[in-house]
Amino acid sequence: MLEVDDLACLKGDRLLFRGLAFRLQAGELLRVAGPNGVGKTSLLRLVTGLALAEAGEVRWQGCPIRRDREAFHRELLYLGHAPSINDLLSPLENLRFACAAAGDGSDEEACTQALVRIGLANQLDLPARVLSQGQRRRVGLARLFLSARRALWVLDEPFTALDVKAVADLAQALSDHCAGGGMVMLTTHQDAPFAVAPRVLDVGAYAC
Amino acid sequence: MLSTFLAVLRRDLLLAWRGRADVLVTLAFFVIVVCLFPFGVGAEPNQLRAIAPGVLWVAALLACLLSLHRLFAQDHADGTLEQLLLSSEPAALWVAAKVLAFWLSTGLPVVAVAPGLALLLDLEQGALPVLVLSLALGTPILGLLGAVGAALTLGLRGGGMLLALLVLPLFVPVLIFGAGAVEAEASGTGAAAHLLLLGGGLAGALALAPWACAAALRISTD
Repeated sequence: MLEVDDLACLKGDRLLFRGLAFRLQAGELLRVAGPNGVGKTSLLRLVTGLALAEAGEVRWQGCPIRRDREAFHRELLYLGHAPSINDLLSPLENLRFACAAAGDGSDEEACTQALVRIGLANQLDLPARVLSQGQRRRVGLARLFLSARRALWVLDEPFTALDVKAVADLAQALSDHCAGGGMVMLTTHQDAPFAVAPRVLDVGAYAC
Repeated sequence: MLSTFLAVLRRDLLLAWRGRADVLVTLAFFVIVVCLFPFGVGAEPNQLRAIAPGVLWVAALLACLLSLHRLFAQDHADGTLEQLLLSSEPAALWVAAKVLAFWLSTGLPVVAVAPGLALLLDLEQGALPVLVLSLALGTPILGLLGAVGAALTLGLRGGGMLLALLVLPLFVPVLIFGAGAVEAEASGTGAAAHLLLLGGGLAGALALAPWACAAALRISTD
């Protein structure tokens, strides 16, 4: 279970939100909502431990994430706004590196299958710089298929630049992950066909 | 644990190979800076021989500085750095792999061409092995110290200039003992003391710099 208590976020010298609290149980899908600039991405970065909260605490399975960062990061998959793709490497090389760096195995067969499943069968060996925005986004998202054992998925605008079919497939994958006891926390501005309507957390309600 | 280290090392070496123009620019810079000195101070062999160790070392140091800002910049821009910081493996491990790849792609070529340039400046042939050894021990220290500076100045406006101001003072001891080793060998007093100090400096930097660099990266990406 992910617990967030009394969280406050300072950006520059401006307080974005304060007093933000929520619980995320196994099997839940949480959509973080709010207008642009309200601090959705900042909230996700605080939850992952990339950024330091001004006040408040994030706990994973009852333990503050700062205290046992490595155990938390073994259970976490974060896909940020930047797709973390290097232009000089092919999608397959990018994906294998992402998996190896995260501490998962970088089995070539499994990575190839993940890329084929997400619709990049013909682009496996092209340098990433010739891919379209949507295809680049897919390379990052292919990690979802290799991260089933990670309980908490935190996704920043995963649907951006994807076509209608890819959005439906992704929504299905997220629903499946939740059905299998995982947790998903995401930001998005578009409607996606989830199996179960996600719980909504409005960051605007805590804005300063 | 070792697999993360090897994955980062392999990727960075592959990227250095695919972007080898950058590596060649660094090497060309080193060669050109050294070649400028005979034009500036005159082609008097005794004079050139006297300044050769210092010239070679300062040029190697500037060549290293020239490419330092590239160490984390691309990974920071495309989000790879965030993913590495979220790895369950210790950050010092992949930082060490990145610095090793950086040294193999920029430090090692400089070490390799230095003897040729030393002949150009008419350095005593007996001092060439010491020159290579001192650069081989000293340039990794430059890379390790520079990585901490590169991490601290990541994403700042005018970061390149700030990086130079930050790390050049830290490079001074390396320069003193590196150039000193070659001079001592050329003058016949023996370079053992200088080389041992450089070796000690390298051991210390290897033990401490990756941790400091990892902490600096966490601050910079906050």
